[in-house]
Amino acid sequence: MPAIEVDDLTIAYGMTRAVNRLSFSAAAGEVLALLGPNGAGKTSTVEALEGYRVPASGAVRVLGLDPIADKRRVVPRIGVMLQRGGVHPGIRPLEALRLQAALYPSPEEPEVLLERVGLTHVRRATWRQMSGGEQQRLSLALALIGKPEVAFLDEPSAGVDVSGRQVVRQIVRELAHGGACVVLTTHDLDEAERVADRVVIIDHGHLVTSGTPAELMTVGGGNEIRFGAPPGLDVATLGKALMAAVEELSPGEYRIETPPSPANVAALTAWLAERDLPLADLRAGRHRLEDVFLKLTAITGEVPAVRIDEPAPERRRRHRSGAA
Amino acid sequence: MGRRLVAQTRIELTLTLRRGESVLLAFAIPMLLLGFFSKVDVLPTGSGRSIDFLFPGVLALAVMSTAMVSLAIATGFERSTGVLKRLGATPLTRAELLGAKTLATVVIEALQVAVLVVEGLILGFRLGGGSIGLAVAGAALATVAFAGIGLLMAGSLPALTTLAAANGLYLVLLLLGGMVIPLSKLPSGLRAVARALPAGALSDVFHGALGQGASVPARSWIVLALWAAIAPVVAALRFRWE
Repeated sequence: MPAIEVDDLTIAYGMTRAVNRLSFSAAAGEVLALLGPNGAGKTSTVEALEGYRVPASGAVRVLGLDPIADKRRVVPRIGVMLQRGGVHPGIRPLEALRLQAALYPSPEEPEVLLERVGLTHVRRATWRQMSGGEQQRLSLALALIGKPEVAFLDEPSAGVDVSGRQVVRQIVRELAHGGACVVLTTHDLDEAERVADRVVIIDHGHLVTSGTPAELMTVGGGNEIRFGAPPGLDVATLGKALMAAVEELSPGEYRIETPPSPANVAALTAWLAERDLPLADLRAGRHRLEDVFLKLTAITGEVPAVRIDEPAPERRRRHRSGAA
Repeated sequence: MGRRLVAQTRIELTLTLRRGESVLLAFAIPMLLLGFFSKVDVLPTGSGRSIDFLFPGVLALAVMSTAMVSLAIATGFERSTGVLKRLGATPLTRAELLGAKTLATVVIEALQVAVLVVEGLILGFRLGGGSIGLAVAGAALATVAFAGIGLLMAGSLPALTTLAAANGLYLVLLLLGGMVIPLSKLPSGLRAVARALPAGALSDVFHGALGQGASVPARSWIVLALWAAIAPVVAALRFRWE
């Protein structure tokens, strides 16, 4: 039995369909990343799994149960991290964790979890005095304190700094290692690539594709070379030299439809060297997930509104770091 | 069930007492009104001593401020900041959340009464032949009615609108609730309206139950009971969690 199952799910808000006939599943011990631009339907999908949204059609199952009809049996076994914390502004980290711990049958030790998410230095601060990244880490801890079998993390790395991201990533990995299923949403391709066992790409509520990051990055990549160079190269001449079709995908971004064999790569670099042209980057075989994403969402005929990294929302007041 | 209820009640109390404005509303303002107007005899409280009128009136104000204003503002912000939404995905049930809020309200009211009784005794209030039991029954009905009105605002209006509406209603009912100004001093049309509101009915109950030989008019019980029966039902029907 899969830990979570989304079966032909449609979610509608009035006339608009936020999610349209989406299906996927994830097993225990697996990290699944729902990847897509803002407004793709990621949060709606996760909220259906959490029992907040009633499907217009189709079904969702969590641990084999209906999250709305069997709510009382589902909630003790899941952990939820909302996109907007949902934490009382005046509460302190340990108070929030102790309260949350009291709601579950066999919770983690609040002090231990506080340390694991690296928040012992803000134990005296209230939620509103914490930085965006600290708030995210506390939200994560709140989602995990009940030792969930399935954890839903909505944009867990949004607004978190680099070291915070490593903490989040490590905790997600540990969670999956311990046998939990982790479903996270992100619009950060790099994040999905690093942390997920499986990536489900959605756009405009539709499934675009899914697979392991490695699978997705080799999609169609076996037979092409991509490189960056000054815009406006003479692609016809280059094509003749390499005996393959060359296309300028976007200014300065090129694709050659030829297998990325060492000989072909050598021919390309030789051609550039003869003309004294710089090579900005070269990708052969595996794509970065970003290329895959742009390529696949372009196929659906829509311009994807990709934001690679959301700027961290600055909080009004920062805690004094020496407070602890 | 018990453990979750206790934990949630404890945090409700902690957070309420940590908010300066709640403490101001629950303790400072009633104490100031009671102390000031019992010493400075400018209110038209009739021929008797001011404290005999003011003490039951300020008790009614204390119940209203906690059960309606504080509850509305706190719950409105919990709704807008997603606190209620997040709790919705935990094992805490709605009944437990409501139970915790009720218990926290009752505890705060008990603290208010304790403080105001001490102040009232110091200022010379003496209980005549009244009935504390009747006063407690009135307080219980009024708490349910006020909480219903407060949750109706919190569950259907944006948080800042709730904040403004709750404070506005507080001021209106302070003046029209027979708490510091006797209802008998109001023009007859306004008086009829005031007596139909839960604030006026509650202060009539308190004045009757705690006053010198007065009695509680049946009308006040009917008004309070109707508000207590209707307000929570409307609140439950109109409540939106997000």
